[in-house]
Amino acid sequence: MSTVTMIYAGMFYIATLLLAVGLIYKIFDYSRTPAPLVIPTTPAPTTRTGVAYRMAKEVVVFESLFKSNKWIWVFGFLFHFGLLLVLARHLRYFTQPVWVWVDIVQPFGKYASIIMVLGLAGLWARRFLVDRVRYISTPSDHLMLLLLIAIGVSGMLMTFVSHTDIIALKEFVLGLMYLDVQPLPQDGILMVHLALVALLMVIFPVSKLLHAPGLFFSPTRNQVDNPREHRHVAAWAARLDQNN
Amino acid sequence: MAVADFEIPEIKSDIEVPKYRKGVMAHARTFPASKPIQENLGYPGELTEDWKERAIDKMGDLLGKYRSLKVFLDACVHCGACTDKCHYYLGTSDPKNMPVARQDLMRQVYRRYFTPAGKLFPKLVGAKDLTREVLDDWYSYYYQCSECRRCSVYCPYGIDTAEITMAGREILSHVGLGQKYSNEILGKVLKIGNNLGLPGSALEDTLEGLEEDIEADTGVAVKMPIDVKGAEVLLITPSADFFSEPHVESLIGYAKVFHAAGISWTMSTYASEAANFGLFDANYDVMRKAAMRIRDAALELGVKRIVVGECGHARRVAYSFWNTLTGIGYGGNDPFSIEMQKQLDPAYPQPQHICELTNDLIKSGKIKVDPSRNDDLVVTFHDSCNVARGSRMGTEAGGQFTIPRELIKSVVNNFHNMEDGTIGEATFCCGGGGGLLTDDLMEVRVKGALPRATALNNVVKEHQANFMAMICAICKAQFTKVLPKYGFDMSMVGGIHQLVSKAIKLD
Repeated sequence: MSTVTMIYAGMFYIATLLLAVGLIYKIFDYSRTPAPLVIPTTPAPTTRTGVAYRMAKEVVVFESLFKSNKWIWVFGFLFHFGLLLVLARHLRYFTQPVWVWVDIVQPFGKYASIIMVLGLAGLWARRFLVDRVRYISTPSDHLMLLLLIAIGVSGMLMTFVSHTDIIALKEFVLGLMYLDVQPLPQDGILMVHLALVALLMVIFPVSKLLHAPGLFFSPTRNQVDNPREHRHVAAWAARLDQNN
Repeated sequence: MAVADFEIPEIKSDIEVPKYRKGVMAHARTFPASKPIQENLGYPGELTEDWKERAIDKMGDLLGKYRSLKVFLDACVHCGACTDKCHYYLGTSDPKNMPVARQDLMRQVYRRYFTPAGKLFPKLVGAKDLTREVLDDWYSYYYQCSECRRCSVYCPYGIDTAEITMAGREILSHVGLGQKYSNEILGKVLKIGNNLGLPGSALEDTLEGLEEDIEADTGVAVKMPIDVKGAEVLLITPSADFFSEPHVESLIGYAKVFHAAGISWTMSTYASEAANFGLFDANYDVMRKAAMRIRDAALELGVKRIVVGECGHARRVAYSFWNTLTGIGYGGNDPFSIEMQKQLDPAYPQPQHICELTNDLIKSGKIKVDPSRNDDLVVTFHDSCNVARGSRMGTEAGGQFTIPRELIKSVVNNFHNMEDGTIGEATFCCGGGGGLLTDDLMEVRVKGALPRATALNNVVKEHQANFMAMICAICKAQFTKVLPKYGFDMSMVGGIHQLVSKAIKLD
């Protein structure tokens, strides 16, 4: 077993652990924090089903963003949709035999990487070209885009320019999953790609990438507009009622 | 007190997004509350020695109590979708009036003290120590937000800057830097029962005077009952309705509606205020104390229905929070709420909006109106921000937009909406909401009214509109003061029930 393989295996175990623990903690923390007042942005659905539909529109087609700004919507949607297909395509490294639907989307995932990187480039361009967005951008906002683009481009290089040994790669990945570490193909681009992905995994639960779980906990979007019919009281606030 | 001179923005043909100009509104600072005002609400009288620790502690406390704050501080990706949505940014071009930048004033501190990334790499993630300079920024810019929630409509994660502004103000109050305007008013409402500090006897005199005016005007003895036990309806209306123009015209309108429909009703000297300034810094205890006066009055008077007059933030608190805070509403199964519920008539929504009530009465033919009496008017409607984005009327989502318009159209013949993107859920705040309706913030108020003034100007040019109806006491006070600076006549401003008042047929 080479040192490089050991380092990469260790890196992915640690990254996965940090991602899982970090996200689970954050989700636990969001769910235990009370929402004492009914604050959906109205007009809001008056039923749970309606809320599920509202949330689905936010998650799938970014409804509010569409209302807000067509450029951000276009670039944001290209990036996220591209990413979804790319991630789906990557499932072929994790499944044996490969799931049928993964086989079907696999060729689309290949070209989705282009869409994804174009979307990211558009989002990054806005950070330079629109004065208001330039004003609010922090170094981490730029670096996050750089990181995602670097991951995308390094992946595309392996898909379109310099193929890596994906059979060996798959053995490495499956080996990680079944705690039977196999050698990592010694390919510079692949190693860069994987290191950046591990970095992204570590950053996820401590960065603005928390917008992904956060959306589901956003009271303005996930609450039902029924305060006249349903009494909504948080535990800490209910204690105040006892004093009357 | 002289207010610094400033330039009135020019109304263009469209609402334009300005290039940002750093710091141009940093000087706008609302007057701080004096020691007695602060201490009256249980806050320190002045900025404490240990303000920094207190502020961080309070922030931690609020993060544990409000999921909204925690999620909103984490979730923002700086996409920029909100940057051109705030009327204060559009009117002032100060970049700290962009919703995301206003949030970042708190987010930078949150990151520094509450997140690993901000503790380890502050510069990288834009985290900052809580310095006096940062605190001063909070004080300036959290009082240049009217908590109108327009940004929350457009945020892909529903981040509502109002929640962050409220938390910011609550922290400021807790370190001794409260706002004079809001905290003084809260002191009055908790002691006397209304924001103006009017004692019951003054209220009774005023109402008697109004009764005489109505009778002289119409020949009909319309009553303005107060503290009548056993009345069916308790009307809770902003205290501005008792004294201010054009507010009082709507109060006369409500009285005529109750009279014509034959509904017994009353107001209360003890709970003579619909507005709840506790919302503005979301101090739950203060907001609850103010709202509890209404519950207590309702129990004392034995009313079966509670109806709320034309008021914006009051409407949000009444509709969205009263059930939570005071048990006025349905669905509670604890002794506290059951006591209230068993007294209320389940045939009606509680609390009901006066527009819901009047619209139902007109539609069912229980009161008669003659819209031609308003034929001198071409009317448009300003959706008040907190009614639009923080409450509902009727049973369907969006009833807060359709019901007031239905009601207006039944009492006037000429009605035109302002352009899309400036009404409904996209409505622009009047510029004076959320605790900013004070002369020391006149520059913020005038500039913040620019988007609405622009939309109004267009409907005036296109349809010769000469009346802007609205259902909020703050909007009315703000527009009568601010629109003249843009060249509009203040008589253009008035409530929906001012129109109802003219059109209603009394017997």
